[in-house]
Amino acid sequence: MYLLNRIQRHRVNYTWMIVSLVLVASLPFLLFLGLYLKSFLLIHDYHLGDLLFSKEWKPGSGKFGFYPFIVGSIWVTLIAMLISGPICILTAIYVTQYTKKRFLRIMHPAIDILAGIPSVVYGLWGILVIVPFISDFVGPLFGVKTLGYSILAAGLVLSIMIIPFILNILIEIFRTIPIELKEASLSLGATQWETIKHVLFKKALPGIIAAFGFGLARAFGETMAVLMVVGNVVNLPKSVFDPGYTLPALIANNYGEMLSIPKYDSALMFAALILLAVSLFFNLVMHFFIDRYNKLAA
Amino acid sequence: MMLDMEMNKIHIENLNVFAGRQQILKDININIPKNKITVILGPSGCGKTTLLKCMNRLTDLYPELKVTGKVLINDKNVLDPHADIVTLRQYMGLLMQRPYPLPMTIYNNIAYGLKLRGVKSRRDLHKQVMHYLQLANLWDEVRHRLREPASRLSIGQQQRLCLARGLAVNPEIILADEPTSALDPISSQYIETKFTELKNDYTIVLVTHVLRQARRIADYVVFMYLGEVIEQGTVEEVFGNPKMEKTKQYLGGTFN
Repeated sequence: MYLLNRIQRHRVNYTWMIVSLVLVASLPFLLFLGLYLKSFLLIHDYHLGDLLFSKEWKPGSGKFGFYPFIVGSIWVTLIAMLISGPICILTAIYVTQYTKKRFLRIMHPAIDILAGIPSVVYGLWGILVIVPFISDFVGPLFGVKTLGYSILAAGLVLSIMIIPFILNILIEIFRTIPIELKEASLSLGATQWETIKHVLFKKALPGIIAAFGFGLARAFGETMAVLMVVGNVVNLPKSVFDPGYTLPALIANNYGEMLSIPKYDSALMFAALILLAVSLFFNLVMHFFIDRYNKLAA
Repeated sequence: MMLDMEMNKIHIENLNVFAGRQQILKDININIPKNKITVILGPSGCGKTTLLKCMNRLTDLYPELKVTGKVLINDKNVLDPHADIVTLRQYMGLLMQRPYPLPMTIYNNIAYGLKLRGVKSRRDLHKQVMHYLQLANLWDEVRHRLREPASRLSIGQQQRLCLARGLAVNPEIILADEPTSALDPISSQYIETKFTELKNDYTIVLVTHVLRQARRIADYVVFMYLGEVIEQGTVEEVFGNPKMEKTKQYLGGTFN
C-alpha cells in the first residue's frame, strides 16, 4: 500500500514537471501567435512594406507608418552600443588582465548593483542630469539649439543601463580564457598588449559578439527610461539632437487610450510583434555565437 | 666535464619561490649543460613546473608568487626586474603539458612568432613557416590546409605545431613541461625522438615524472622532491649510482 502510494506520487510529480516544461517551452510561440492574431487586422489590410517603411503616422485617418518608430529605436540602440561597447571591452580587459583577483571581487557587486537599479530611476536621472547636460552643454558645443529631450539623451541613458549586462558577460568570457594561452603567447616574446590584441581578443571574439547581441536586444526593448527622455515626437530625426519616438515607448504611451480609433489596437500589437521578432532574432544570433565560443574553448 | 662552466647554458643560483607563507622552491642551485637534454625529475607537486616557469619568468603572471635569486642565461639575469624580458623569452621555446594552439590558422600560429621576431616580407614568412613545420615533421600533413584553424588538428599534431611555433622564434633553449603527458604513445615517441635530434642545436630542459622517459632521453638529471634539489648529475650517476636515500626510493618505486 505504502509503495503504491510512492509510485503514484512519482507519476503525479513527473506529469507536473512535463506540463511545466511544455508550458515554458511553448510560451514564446503562444506569445508570438497571440500578437500575430491581434495584429492580423492591420497586416491583412495593409501591405507589410508600407507598414514598415511608410513615414506617415496618422491613426485618425487610418495611416499607420511605423518607419519613424523603427528608425528612432535603431538610432537610440546604436548610440547606446557605440558608447557602451568600447567602455565594456576596455573595462573587462583591464579588470581581468591587469588587476589582482581581489579587485574583481569588489567589482562584481558594484556591477550587480548597477544592473539592479529600476529603469524608472535611470529615466529620472536622465531627466535631471542628461537632458540639461545636452541642452546646456553638448548642444551649444555643436552649435545646435535643443531642448535636451532627444535621441542622444535616450542613447546616453541606455548606454549606462546596458553596461552592467554586457560587462558581466565580457568579464566572464575573459576570465575563462585559459592562462596557458597567455603563457604561450608571452613565451614567444610577445608583450602583454600584443598578447591581448592578437590572442585573447581573438579567442574571445565570438563571446564578445554574443555579449553585444545581448546588450542590443535589451537596449532595443527598453521602455521606461527611454520614454522619459527621448521626447516622444513622431518624426524622422535629422540629427541626434532631435527628439524621436521608439517602438516600446509607442506601446507604453498609447495602449489603453484612444482605442476607439479603428485598428489602433491592432497597430500597437503589430509594434509589439516587431519588437518580439527583433529580440528573438538577436537571441538566436547570440546563442549561435555562444555555441561557437564554447566549441572553440573546448 | 659536464660541470665545466663554459659548457653550461643556464645557471640557477639560490632560487627561492614563495607563495604567501609557503615556500615552493628552496635554494635551488643548478647548472644546465649546453646542447644536452636535462631532465628535471620528481613526483607531482615538487615544484618542477614552477622551476621551469622561473626560467622564462612566466611567474610574472602569478602575482601571489615571490621569486628571489638568479637565473642566468647568457650571463643575463632573467629575474632582474629591469631585464628585457620580452627579448629574453625569445631565447627559449616553450612546450606545455597540453598543446595550446593560438586561436588562428595553422599558418599564422607559426607566422605570429616570426612577425614578433621582425620577419616582414611575405616570401620570407612563407619560406620560414614551411621550414619550421618541416622541422617539426608536420609539413606533409598540413601543407594543403594551412589556412584552417589550428584547433582542427589532432592533439598530437597540435603539440608538434606548438613545437614548430616555439622553434620559429629561433631560441637557443627548449623548455618542455611534461610535453607528452596528454599524447598517445606514437606521438609521445615522436616528440622524444625529435628531442634527441634537436639537442645538437638546442639546449633542452625537460620536466617529467615518468622515470622511463627520463632514462630513455636524459643526459643530465636533476631530481627534485618537495621544492628541493635532492641530487643532480649525469644520467649514469643518478640512475646508476644514486647517492641520496630519497633518490634511491624514487627510482625504486617506493613513491611516485
